[in-house]
Amino acid sequence: MTNFLLRRIGFILITLILTSIIIFSITQLLPGDVARVILGRFATEQALDNLRQELGLYRPLHVQYLDWAGGFIRGDWGDSLVSRMPIRPMVMQRLGNSAMLAGVALLIYVPLGIILGVIAALKKDKPPDQLITGISMAFVGLPEFVTGLLLITFLAIGLEWFPANSSIDPESTFREALPYLILPAITVSLTGLGYIARMTRSGTIDVLRTDYIRAADLKGLPAGQVLFKHVLRNSLLPTVTVVAMGIGWLLAGLIVTEAVFGYPGLGRLIVFSIQRQDLPLLQACSMIIVAIYSISNLAADIIYGLLNPRIRVGS
Amino acid sequence: MSETSHTFKPKQKRSRYISAIKRLQRYPTTLIGFTIVFLFLIIALFGPLLAPYAYTAQNLPNKLQPPSEEHIFGTDQFGRDVYSRILVGSRDVLSVAGSGTALAVFFGLLLGLFSGYRGGLFDELIMRAMDVILSIPPLLLAMVILFSLGPSRVNVIIIVGFLYIPMVARVVRSVVLDLKTRQFIEAARLRGENSFYILYKEILPNVLPHLAVEASMRFSYSIFLVASLGFLGLGVQPPSPDWGLMVGEGRTWFHQSRWVLFFPAGAIALLVVGVGFMSDGLRRILLPGGVSDA
Amino acid sequence: MPKKVLDARNLTVTYKTEKGLLDTVRNVSLQICSGEIYGLVGESGSGKSTLARAIVRYLPENGFLKEGKIYLGDTDLLNLSKAEMRRVWGKRVTMVHQDPNAAINPSVMIGEQVAEVARTHLKLSKKEARNKALDMLTKVRIADPEVVARRYAHQLSGGMLQRVLVAIAMATNPELLIMDEPTTALDVTTEAVILDLIGDLMRENDTAVLYITHNLGVVARVCSRVGVLYAGEIMEEGSIGQVFKDTLHPYTRGLLGCVPRVNVNKKDISLKAIPGFIPRPDQLPPGCIFAPRCELAEEACRVERLPLKEIDYGHLTACRRNEELKRYGEVVADMREARSETEYGELVLEARNIKKYFPVVGGLSMFEKNRKREVKAVDDITIRVRRSFTMGIVGESGCGKTTFARCIMGLEEANAGEIELEGELLPYSVARRPRDMLRKMQMVFQNPDASLNPQHPVGEAVARPLKLLSSVNKEAIQERVKELFAAVNLPEDYIYRLPHELSGGEKQRVAIARAFAANPTLMICDEPISSLDVSVQASLMNLLVDLQESKGTSYLFISHDLSAVRHLSDWIAVVYLGRLWEIGSAEDVFVPPYHPYTEALLSALPIPDPDIKQESIRLKGSVPSAMNIPSGCRFHTRCPRKLGAICEKEEPPWQCIGYYHQLCCHIPVEDLQALQGEGLLKKERGAEQ
Repeated sequence: MTNFLLRRIGFILITLILTSIIIFSITQLLPGDVARVILGRFATEQALDNLRQELGLYRPLHVQYLDWAGGFIRGDWGDSLVSRMPIRPMVMQRLGNSAMLAGVALLIYVPLGIILGVIAALKKDKPPDQLITGISMAFVGLPEFVTGLLLITFLAIGLEWFPANSSIDPESTFREALPYLILPAITVSLTGLGYIARMTRSGTIDVLRTDYIRAADLKGLPAGQVLFKHVLRNSLLPTVTVVAMGIGWLLAGLIVTEAVFGYPGLGRLIVFSIQRQDLPLLQACSMIIVAIYSISNLAADIIYGLLNPRIRVGS
Repeated sequence: MSETSHTFKPKQKRSRYISAIKRLQRYPTTLIGFTIVFLFLIIALFGPLLAPYAYTAQNLPNKLQPPSEEHIFGTDQFGRDVYSRILVGSRDVLSVAGSGTALAVFFGLLLGLFSGYRGGLFDELIMRAMDVILSIPPLLLAMVILFSLGPSRVNVIIIVGFLYIPMVARVVRSVVLDLKTRQFIEAARLRGENSFYILYKEILPNVLPHLAVEASMRFSYSIFLVASLGFLGLGVQPPSPDWGLMVGEGRTWFHQSRWVLFFPAGAIALLVVGVGFMSDGLRRILLPGGVSDA
Repeated sequence: MPKKVLDARNLTVTYKTEKGLLDTVRNVSLQICSGEIYGLVGESGSGKSTLARAIVRYLPENGFLKEGKIYLGDTDLLNLSKAEMRRVWGKRVTMVHQDPNAAINPSVMIGEQVAEVARTHLKLSKKEARNKALDMLTKVRIADPEVVARRYAHQLSGGMLQRVLVAIAMATNPELLIMDEPTTALDVTTEAVILDLIGDLMRENDTAVLYITHNLGVVARVCSRVGVLYAGEIMEEGSIGQVFKDTLHPYTRGLLGCVPRVNVNKKDISLKAIPGFIPRPDQLPPGCIFAPRCELAEEACRVERLPLKEIDYGHLTACRRNEELKRYGEVVADMREARSETEYGELVLEARNIKKYFPVVGGLSMFEKNRKREVKAVDDITIRVRRSFTMGIVGESGCGKTTFARCIMGLEEANAGEIELEGELLPYSVARRPRDMLRKMQMVFQNPDASLNPQHPVGEAVARPLKLLSSVNKEAIQERVKELFAAVNLPEDYIYRLPHELSGGEKQRVAIARAFAANPTLMICDEPISSLDVSVQASLMNLLVDLQESKGTSYLFISHDLSAVRHLSDWIAVVYLGRLWEIGSAEDVFVPPYHPYTEALLSALPIPDPDIKQESIRLKGSVPSAMNIPSGCRFHTRCPRKLGAICEKEEPPWQCIGYYHQLCCHIPVEDLQALQGEGLLKKERGAEQ
């Protein structure tokens, strides 16, 4: 188990370093002149030169990268080019808002997805399964802006249950924000829901077919005990990983969802930084998302390892 | 090429297809999926001929008209016919997502085949590189790359292709690794076949069913990605009738004239659902053994 | 007076399939009394597992019981609701499944899996149930139940897990225990231990047992009565003595004739293979279902199907010609014309001191360079094969026999040693061997499903080596392929079929044709028949013998099946933990003095003849890991004849017995001879007289 952990952590660290290089190089190096990108086509040579000096663009690339990465680790994320404000508090505040949204979404779609997946597996090829797989298959592929608009049309404008616009004050508390979180949370959930339901279904069907489930049935154990103790303990193991992988989807989904609802989260900040060509802001936001994604994967690996006796206790 | 030609051709192929189609009938969603995708292909091919108006034809006095006899899906903020734009836009969506998928499938297949077959350090390096790409959410990576490359149709295609190479490569590699342990590959090595023959004649035919299923899934995700980029205004640029872009642009008028968004969004939904059903059906037909869909 | 525990009458089980309703089991009746072990024998597809699942009312969703009555004691099982059935399962009827690795939940502790049964059915408290579990684990002779109870499935060996399954099944002291091929997945020495255990426990507890298997030898060893199932119907039923000695059905006779005996081999007899296949339930013949494959079938057999008829007390048969069969007496294989003892030809293959170590991957091995961990799969094996001669290599799973074969073929690169084929030294890797050498050595693999490319017609598989390894034109190749198909008894039109349209035996025939296409001098057969039914095994063994005689090919035949190796081989080598322990002519190796390991293998071998009483020499524990090979004699940890410290410290010497027979042991040959006495085969000959 310790070996396993060390390997995973090592791998995550390497991944983070590599992704930071990728993000740095794509944003900073690719089409040539960052200063030109920032100041626009009509900037004077002098202005460009000043900015290049200021950004340290004349230094060797690896120095630039190390400087940037070192600053990022120390918590010095630089200033936004647009607002000239320190980036870190801004990103952190938006991250908090996104976390609220993601948290509500996770609370909706993980349990629901698991329940639906298990029901579908138990009723394999019967109407409940066909309904659940059909619907989850449909939602898994729908872009968030399509489902978001559908939900606004029916639940916000049609039934007037929820506000259609979630552009709340970025400093709202959770209690204040909650009513505005519901619709965007459902929107992101629908994609994740289908995904979790499908994976849970296929995992559960695989387990239901095994000899040890047959054996458990023929031991005469109560049906509930067979399901919860023998089936789910094994079939939900992979779901842990699936949920973590889904965090990547969730984060990406937030970018679109926050745009649809005007919710002030990290996703909006990214879109904003791209529209306004705010390079340091974009780099910081991207790194934060990659880091969260990696850490959630690591967490999933650890939980998986703890739950799976094959990894927890070696042979 | 005589060295790789077959002495004996299978006679039973047709009956295999027939039994596959019979299996299809048990899953109505599959049939629906294939029908939808087929219809969209027809529309993409002949759409511009059927369109009553040019997709760029502006008619400002006539803007934001609700659906009527002249404009069955209404008009947008520039008075352009939404119906015509959707018909023409199908070409954009299918060609951008389709070419992106094709790129991903082609390179993913190559990488997966060689990586799985060669094994060793080469495989290790390739797969770790794929893992790194996979550890950045695709939409985010696409946005960052488009930020530096600048949004354009070709760039979107390249990015979609690039982003989905790792997924395809992983699937292909795992199939190859499984096949490599089968004795018919060893039998080929024992009679001195070269690597090209083994990859091309022994392994590839067995990879194709998995590849087809994976390709259809990637196609569905490509549509998703292209539409999302369009919606955020980072993908194909105006005045293109890209559906995602139409929804993004029409958002401002959402409260007064819903049809501007409703019809392109509906078209995306229909296509995505169709491709999803089709890909599920392909899985059931081509890979009847397993239920797992990872 | 034993009371009737199971009374199943006229069961017909039907499956809903794409082809419509299929009756896979038809009109089968079974009665089992307390204390009786009833053996149900059948080949794959005979419906034996379906029958078992029907009896406990646990059929898959598309299956149902069309007709019949099932009584367990006085309870009519068909009258019970689903919930009531759950109270019968695990309490009054229990089941032990085939693959112990799959039948135990990987993420629940072993002890809990025993205890939960006790809690559910015996209404014990948590603590009592835990004690009961420990009790049961002790009963199935698990040495340290406290430790094992806290283990998970992946930490235990197959034999251990099968004991746990028996413990679970016996925990509630059930009336009926159903065992579905409980030892098929185990090695022969482990199987013997489990069979002993089952026999003892049943005698103690007076349980009625339905024992399902394909192995006639196992039936003869543990069962008191036997029913022979064929294509969903019982062909013959009776006591072991009746069925094995006064066989009254041609199918039973056929099955018995298929099993090679350990006292004779290919030179003396050819096996009696049953022609044809088991009919599919949608293509049943109108008359007796065995008639199309029966030598004795007459017109009446093809028209009318007779029900089971009692001939002697308790002896039932479905054959109308049983009177004639009575006169045939015991099954005797066809004697072959005495073949003159062939002079051993020149050396074809000489593999000297072959070693193959696999590095252990995973863990932090890259950080601890100095602690090099290796699996010593093959550790210094030397073997010679002569022309037109079969070298048999026998050993249990994990002994390194397959790795050895793969090293010779070049599929694995040996770490050390020399491989010489017809006097030429071969490179280790197949990739560096010239075509001509590749042609001379061919291989038939174990798993027929994996050895043919599912996307290529099988004719292509045979044509390809012809194209590559011999320079002939296309027409000639097609002719040769047809000849080869004829040589392996496959119809010509099979050439165009895809592998999935062939049965396992047919695929293996194609694989043999493919190997012979190159006209090899040496053919390596790695467990080529293990995954097939006995009747198919017999016909393939006959085919291999015929081809060897007509083509003069040498075989290296690798198997865990002692009787198959004995039947096919001229010489036999016994392998354990990557080393050779005994080698000699087939006649010599199986008579004393033999190596204690050979002795244990022979003693464990299930022989389908109830008259043979084998000495029970059982091995302790399980095979040590090839990563931690025991010091001294590597067999000392399990050896029933261990001398003492010398076995643990020193590697044993090779000893010669006569000119050809050698074994590797600390015990002097003379002492072995004295300990082992007449040995198994001598006794058998005595029984025949």
